[in-house]
Amino acid sequence: MSTVTGVDRRLAGGVGTSVRRPDGVPKVTGRFEFVGDLRADGMLWAATRRADVARGRLARLDLAPALAIRGVAAVLTQDDVPGHRFQGQHVTDQPVLCDGDIRHVGEPIAVVAADDPETARRAAAAITVEIEPEEPLVDLEVALERGEVFRHVRVRRGEPDRHGEVVVEGVYTTAFQDQAPLGTEAGLAVPDGDGGVDIWGPTQWSHVDHRQIVACLGLADEQVRVHPVGLGGAFGAREDLSLQTHIAMLALTTGRPVKIVYDRTESFVGHVKRHAARMRYRHEADRDGRLVRVEARVLLDAGAYETTSAAVVANATFFTVGPYRCDTVVADGYALRTNHYPAGAMRGFGANQVAIAAEAQMDRLATELGLDPVELRLRNALAPGDPMATTGQVIDYPLPVSDVLRSVAALPLPDPPVTGDPRLLPGGTGLTTTPDQVVRGVGYALGFKNLQFSEGFDDFAEARVELTPAGAVAHTAGIECGQGMVTVIQQVVRSVLGMDNVEVAFDHTGQIGSAGSTSASRQTQMAGNAVLQAAEALRQRVLLSTGGDELRDDGVYRDGVRVATLAEVCANGPVAEWVHYQHPATEPPDDNGQGRVHVDFCVAAHRAVVDVDRDLGMVRVVAVDTAQDVGRAINPQQLVGQIEGGIAQGLGYAIMEEVVVEDGCILNPSFTDYLLPTALDVGSVEAIMVEEPSPWGPFGAKGMAELPTVASAPAIAAAIRAATGRPLTRMPIRPQDIVDL
Amino acid sequence: MIVTLEVNGETRTVEVAGWESLLWALRERLGLPGSKPACEQGECGSCSVLLDGELVCSCLVMTSDAEGASVTTVEGLSGPGGEGLSEVQRALIDHGAVQCGFCTPGLVVAIAHLVDHATDPSEADIREALSGNLCRCTGYGSVLRAVQSLTGGDTA
Amino acid sequence: MGAGFIHPLCGGTGCPNAPEAGRQSLASLHRDRTVRGRGPSRAARALSPSEEAGVEVARPKTLDAALAALGSAPDAHLLAGGTDLMVAVNLQHLRPTAVVALRRVDELRELADGWIGAGVTYARLERWHRPALAELSRTVGSPQIRAAGTVGGNLGTASPAGDALPYLAAVDATVVLASGEGQRRLAWDEFLLGPKRTARRPDEVIVGVELPEVAPAREAFAKIGVRQAMVIATVNCCILRWDDGTTRVALGAVGPTVVRARRAEQLLADERDPAEATLDEFQRLVMEEVAPIDDHRSTAAYRRHAAGVLARRTLERCLR
Repeated sequence: MSTVTGVDRRLAGGVGTSVRRPDGVPKVTGRFEFVGDLRADGMLWAATRRADVARGRLARLDLAPALAIRGVAAVLTQDDVPGHRFQGQHVTDQPVLCDGDIRHVGEPIAVVAADDPETARRAAAAITVEIEPEEPLVDLEVALERGEVFRHVRVRRGEPDRHGEVVVEGVYTTAFQDQAPLGTEAGLAVPDGDGGVDIWGPTQWSHVDHRQIVACLGLADEQVRVHPVGLGGAFGAREDLSLQTHIAMLALTTGRPVKIVYDRTESFVGHVKRHAARMRYRHEADRDGRLVRVEARVLLDAGAYETTSAAVVANATFFTVGPYRCDTVVADGYALRTNHYPAGAMRGFGANQVAIAAEAQMDRLATELGLDPVELRLRNALAPGDPMATTGQVIDYPLPVSDVLRSVAALPLPDPPVTGDPRLLPGGTGLTTTPDQVVRGVGYALGFKNLQFSEGFDDFAEARVELTPAGAVAHTAGIECGQGMVTVIQQVVRSVLGMDNVEVAFDHTGQIGSAGSTSASRQTQMAGNAVLQAAEALRQRVLLSTGGDELRDDGVYRDGVRVATLAEVCANGPVAEWVHYQHPATEPPDDNGQGRVHVDFCVAAHRAVVDVDRDLGMVRVVAVDTAQDVGRAINPQQLVGQIEGGIAQGLGYAIMEEVVVEDGCILNPSFTDYLLPTALDVGSVEAIMVEEPSPWGPFGAKGMAELPTVASAPAIAAAIRAATGRPLTRMPIRPQDIVDL
Repeated sequence: MIVTLEVNGETRTVEVAGWESLLWALRERLGLPGSKPACEQGECGSCSVLLDGELVCSCLVMTSDAEGASVTTVEGLSGPGGEGLSEVQRALIDHGAVQCGFCTPGLVVAIAHLVDHATDPSEADIREALSGNLCRCTGYGSVLRAVQSLTGGDTA
Repeated sequence: MGAGFIHPLCGGTGCPNAPEAGRQSLASLHRDRTVRGRGPSRAARALSPSEEAGVEVARPKTLDAALAALGSAPDAHLLAGGTDLMVAVNLQHLRPTAVVALRRVDELRELADGWIGAGVTYARLERWHRPALAELSRTVGSPQIRAAGTVGGNLGTASPAGDALPYLAAVDATVVLASGEGQRRLAWDEFLLGPKRTARRPDEVIVGVELPEVAPAREAFAKIGVRQAMVIATVNCCILRWDDGTTRVALGAVGPTVVRARRAEQLLADERDPAEATLDEFQRLVMEEVAPIDDHRSTAAYRRHAAGVLARRTLERCLR
């Protein structure tokens, strides 16, 4: 349990303040070192040769043309993998390099190290690759029929024969989404001269990367160190290995440091995607709009390898209903193997797809019953003490579902544009639309997700907080990828110690134990609690050993008088406390998906306002407002930043982002045709933070960064439906869908 | 081939591959890795620099064609002596408009250009001026507020 | 399949130098730079042999010098703003052996009522007093792209969705080409032959486009894209009207090259104040006259419908 304490007003940068992030200055001056900026003396450059079909047999592979190029130091294939030839976070089913079968487009076949990037690229292109193409499996229903199932999650709760009078059914489809972090994959591997290697690469969980890499390299744990390094975003793209084993192998083979940088095209095929989904839903309610029964069949396209799909489909299935009471649920979720690019983690982790469907269903029910969509949701809203509709787990922690919904609904609606400024109309400077050609729509959605890991996973975070003569340092293996973990950790430790002078050190796998994955909205609670406990223990120890009652930046005080300087406290070296923090136990679900499966939950309500040009099918998002259950705002400014950023990704998911695939090939692996929202695409955002402290986070904080993406997309879709009267069951919603052509 | 150009106020002579982009030359040959390669197509603005005072994507400039030109990168836009922060940089930090930081150098250049050229820009003007700078982290709200604090606009 | 490596320094017999290099790098990298921001290395990497392959780069200051350079290297790539060529270099790994850079040729940058030089950028045209030219320029790419991209580049690349092209087609522009042998003048539809195909000969430079002396009384441009900025047109449209009722209607991204909807134009030829029914017919004709395709950006059916709606609305702007 974490200690909920008040904000210490003496501190400039403690919990509850919008203190600046400590890495801001290097970032704005161009002096922040991203992994793609790394260099080492004697460095070689690497390039990858990849498959350009979605399925086939590798009939011929001739490395000689590459080896013949001057400046090439090594060309490696699957045969050169020293240890286990497969990697994977949950199941090691993914070949490090092609094992003879191509199972998705972009599958790496060989890697090259050369003196410079140009030579490496030419050499990779020069390798002779002949593939006998086979028919790729790309249809989800066919995959299901053939039993290509990574995991089936089954939920059966309530009375099988219980039905409701009012029925709405629908089929909803969502596309693959790409995380598109601006920093593409890049890495540097440096051999240590003793058979081991240090690796800097794009990661969200250095220890899990380490485990896989060590097995593939056939080395002992201590021979490989995976280092945290500046990343240009993550959003789930970095949860699985991409280039790490490749460059490590090259580094060990050549005895030299090896660097690689993916360009955007390679990045598109170089990391996992958000699962595309096909969802069949049936909602049954009574005449008062109370949910009686929800049936859902969720098919997730997991692509060629399992990656984290077992957990994604669990998430999807457990969150099929949303934050609503319902006593009978029949849900089946399938993570299906196809020849699409492997799908894995992306902000929301399975909750996004089902939110699209479930929220659309709720709106349809509301229409069917002649009820206001907010009212329908309020009638069904979960409250603490209720069982979760799918798992039956009693929610005995704060979960302000009605509160967030009421708060966002109470916000004033934006005014219609007063001028004909085209930038405030659909079509923007394209001058397609005049104000009289626009219909405004308003839509609501609730987003619901778990925090931290589930299903009995043994999850923990290690942290070490030490006091030195110069101040305090908090150590963690967590990953700062832009989300502001560095600031949160700093603020928590400041507030616990009572000192402003706190630095955060991100340690490599050889220096500290795992902090767990930087995902699942978990680090604020996990690493946050770990450093909180370590800092508390440290403070107690220091006060006890000096007889003081207060720790400050310049020393230990008793009754307002200093009794020891930091140097005196640290006379025998830095004083440190080490914590291995585990969250409360969860359990794996039983055969019916029942059990105490999750640690904690969070909820957010979104309201979207859109202007639609119905004749052209063009949309402008005017506003997305939200009230979110955050537990405790550690850094309000940073929290708003996560909300605004998350909403932008939800906006993309709703109306413009889609990995277009045909026969398993990605047709739009570039920013020309994979469209991210620009500054002109995002509307205004009003964010209300509802603080009902969680027992599972430092100072009551909850993780919060996934929910804005989960809830904003269905709200925007709802608003477009309201404006057009069209069912729009496919995401992203395209102009041709609105115009129905 | 050898190219001579002015970079951040200093005359530099550099040997580049004939087809090499200015972005590449800055990062690999000129010791200025601040500008970032996020798309290399001119679709994201992360590589933005000023070329003879114009805001351009350095990934689309062939270095050999920049012979004699004057280039300003993020490294050249810091405060006096390169140590302190410019008001643009300070505003971005103060408004929480920096998250992962990959788009930040390009934004610093684009905002500096905007602030120098625009008189009393509206919110829409600012968004349009920055529409060539993609950010995947912030959702642009904090960026807008940072710019408005410099241009005197409404920061509500 | 088999392993293979050759170490350039030691020919595979053992690498005495490499481990030391590794250890040194390791030491410097272990210092925490992520947060404290000591900064990325500012070391410069020297050219490697594969990068030394000669590229002839000419940077002429006059048109004559440009033509001379092109004449002596007819396979040279022309470089104006770089917004097409450099994308090919960066992502398709095009490695030109000869380049003629045109941005210093002042003659190509002339802009006047009857003339747009090939080197005129969209940034300049955005501030020009011809409304449709200003409108279309504002929609091209981003501010960064507009500062570099040129009308000549749009013509030379001849993408079916090029934003300047509907204007040039509507105004019946004449494309002026020059080579060592003199000048050629081609009508726009003699110049634009198909998707990414033009009548430009390898030794020719596009000098600019001639526009008619009598400017249209009204002109308007519009473009449909999937987001509010930085889009390739799903459909774009330019309509010009003269005082005598003459109407020109051109649409892009709905055919192999720009389409002039001549029957739609004919319908409006004598209509000073067309009635609703005429506008309906106009819209219908436009839909018939375009030949869109399905691609990863949109569908033929949507484009056809959108072309009709967009043309009608753009016309209505000209009629107000």
